[in-house]
Amino acid sequence: MANVFASLGDWVNERAPGLAPVYRKHMTEYYAPKNFNLWYYFGSLALLVLVNQIVTGIFLTMNYNPSAAGAFDSVQYIMRDVEWGWLIRYMHSTGASLFFVVVFLHMFRGIMYGSYKKPRELVWLLGMLIFLVLMAEAFMGYVLPWGNMSFWGAKVIVSLFGTIPVIGSHLVEWIMGDFLPADATLNRFFALHVIALPIVLLLLVVLHLAALHEVGSNNPDGVDVKHGPKGNRWSPSAPTDGIPFHPYYTVKDLVGVGFFLIVAAFIIFFAPTFGGWFLEHDNSIMANNLVTPAEIKPVWYFTPFYAIVRMIPSFAGTAVWGVLAMFGAIAVLFLLPWFDRGQVKSIRYRGTGYKVALGLFVLAFFGLGAVGAGITAEVIPEWFGNVDLTTWENAFGRTMTLIYFGFFAFLWAYTHFGWEKTKPVPDRVTTHD
Amino acid sequence: MKQLLPAVALALGLLVAGQPAARAEGGEQLMSSGSNVRDQASLQRGAKLFFNYCVGCHSLKYMRYSRIADDLGLTEQQVMQNLNFTGAKFDDPVISHMPAEDATKWFGKDPPDLSLEVSAKGADWVYTYLNTFYLDPKSPIGWNNTTLPNAAMPFPLWELQGQQTAVMKPGTDEVEKLDLAHPGKLTPAQYQQTSRDLVNFLEYVSEPAALQRHDYGVWVVLFLALFTLLAYFLKKEYWKDVH
Repeated sequence: MANVFASLGDWVNERAPGLAPVYRKHMTEYYAPKNFNLWYYFGSLALLVLVNQIVTGIFLTMNYNPSAAGAFDSVQYIMRDVEWGWLIRYMHSTGASLFFVVVFLHMFRGIMYGSYKKPRELVWLLGMLIFLVLMAEAFMGYVLPWGNMSFWGAKVIVSLFGTIPVIGSHLVEWIMGDFLPADATLNRFFALHVIALPIVLLLLVVLHLAALHEVGSNNPDGVDVKHGPKGNRWSPSAPTDGIPFHPYYTVKDLVGVGFFLIVAAFIIFFAPTFGGWFLEHDNSIMANNLVTPAEIKPVWYFTPFYAIVRMIPSFAGTAVWGVLAMFGAIAVLFLLPWFDRGQVKSIRYRGTGYKVALGLFVLAFFGLGAVGAGITAEVIPEWFGNVDLTTWENAFGRTMTLIYFGFFAFLWAYTHFGWEKTKPVPDRVTTHD
Repeated sequence: MKQLLPAVALALGLLVAGQPAARAEGGEQLMSSGSNVRDQASLQRGAKLFFNYCVGCHSLKYMRYSRIADDLGLTEQQVMQNLNFTGAKFDDPVISHMPAEDATKWFGKDPPDLSLEVSAKGADWVYTYLNTFYLDPKSPIGWNNTTLPNAAMPFPLWELQGQQTAVMKPGTDEVEKLDLAHPGKLTPAQYQQTSRDLVNFLEYVSEPAALQRHDYGVWVVLFLALFTLLAYFLKKEYWKDVH
C-alpha cells in the first residue's frame, strides 16, 4: 500500500514539480513561533467556519427558493421536509454567528499583541477587507429567509445610503431594484451571497494567508522569531524558536477545533435560536411591509456599528453623519497600524495607559452593542426608574462612541509624543503552550 | 488582561439575559408555560385539543398529518379518524376549511396560520394568551384578552376554563385582575395543564425537528468530547519534544 502512495507521489511530482515546494513552504517548512497561546486558535477556527458555511450553503441552495413569494416557505420546507435540512440550516445559521465570534476574537488578538504592526500591515489590511466583505455577506444572507425582521432590517440598512445628499434616494432604489425590499432585491442579494461575495472572500483569505506566510507569524511576546537565533532540528536556517506548522500546529489546532465543535454542537442541537440572538423571533413571521416589528434591530454582530448610527445626531439638514461615523468606526480599524506608533508590539510589555485604553475600548464595543440591541432601552427604566430614556440612552451611547474613537486618538498621541512607558522586551520568546 | 474581565463579565451577563420574546402588549409579566416537547402524552393531548377547538379557523400549513403521526407515536388510522376532520389525505398539510372571506366577515381578519406561532411569540406568550381571556361587553365579539388587547378572536376554550371577568383599576379602563366568574368543566389546575398541552403541541409544530435535535445532540456532543480528548493526547505526544 505504501508503495502505491509513494509511486503516485512520484508520478505527480514528475508532472507538477512545483506542488511539493508550495506544500512545504506553507505547511511543513512554515516555522511558526512555538509560544502561541489560546488566542491563536481563532484564525484556524475562522477558516473552519468558512468551510462550514460554504458546504452547508451549497446544500441550502439546492432547496432554497430565492423569490419573495417562495423564500419563506422554502426555508420551512428545508426545516421540515428535506432530509437533515434542519441540521444543515442550523449549522449555517449558527455558523454565521460563530463566524463573527471567532473573527472578533481573532481581531482582538491582533490588536492585543500588535500583530498589525510592521512588517505585518498588509496582513492586517487584508484581514480588515475580509471583515468588511464578511459583513456584507452576512447582511445579505440575513435577508434571504425573508422573515419580517429580514425585510425590515434590509429596509433600514439599505436606507442608510439614502442619507447621502443628492444621490441618496436614487442609490437606495438602485441597490434594491425597487422602492421596497422586494423580489428583485432578494434575487440580487441571493446572487451576491452565494456567488460574488464568497469568491471575493476566498480570494482575500488566500491573500491574507500568503501575506502572513511571507512575513511570518507574530506571537504573544511580539518578538520576531526570524530575528532571533537560527537553526533548529529541522533546518539550520530556520528560526530556533520556530516549529513546523505541520504537524505541530495542525495537531494543536485540532484540539481547538474539538472544543469549538463541542460549543457549536451544543448550540446547534440544544439552543439553535440562542435565546433569539442567532435566529430572531420576528423572523418566524413572513416579510410584510404593512406590519412593522415592535423593535427593528440588526443581528447582534452589527449592533455596535448600528448603535453609532443611532447615537450621532443629524445636523446641517442631513443625517449622513451617523452613517459616516459608522463607516468611520471600521475605517479607523483599517488605519490602526498608522495610529499606533509604538515600537513594542505585545500588551505584555506595553505601558499601563495602553492596557487601560484597550480595556475601555472593549467595554465601549460591548456598550455600543447593548445600545444597538435595545438592551439599554430595557435596562435603564428597570434600574433607574422613571427617567427620560432618550436622554439617558444618548448620554451612555455617545460616551461609548467617544471612547471607541477616543481609543485611536489616544493611541496616536500616546505613542507619537512618547508618553508610553514600556517594559523591556525579551530577546527570545518566553513561554510556550 | 485584568481590565478585560469586567467587559467579559458584562458580555456574558448580556448573553445570559437573552433576547426577550414578544412581551404582553399591555406590558404584564408573562406566565411560564412550563412546556416540554419531550412529553409525548402531553403532545398527544395537545394535538387532540388543537383538532377539536382550533382547526376550525386556524391552519398549520407547514405541518403534515403523516408527520404528526410519526412524531407523536400515533398510527395512520388514529390520526385519520381522530384528528382529521376535513377529509384531507394523510400526507396533506393541516389546512382549515374556513373560507377566508367568511373569516374576514366574521372576525374582521383572517385567522392566522399557527405553524410558527410559538417560534414567533414564544411559548410563554401563547400560554398566557390562552389564560387571559375575559368577557367584555364592549367588544363586538363579546371577548377580550389582557395579553393581546382587542384580540379579534372569541375564546374557544371557554367551556373548559369557564368565563373570566375583568376587575378594572378604579377610575380607569385598565384591567387590574381577572376573576373566574363562572367556572368551566375543568378546575383551574386542570385548565392550566390543558392549555399547557396545547402550547406544547404548538411548540412542537413550530419546530418538529426539536425532537430529533435532542436525540442526536447528546451523541454528537459525546462523540466530540471523545474526539477532543484523543486530539489532546495526540497533541501532547507530538509536542513532547518542544521545549
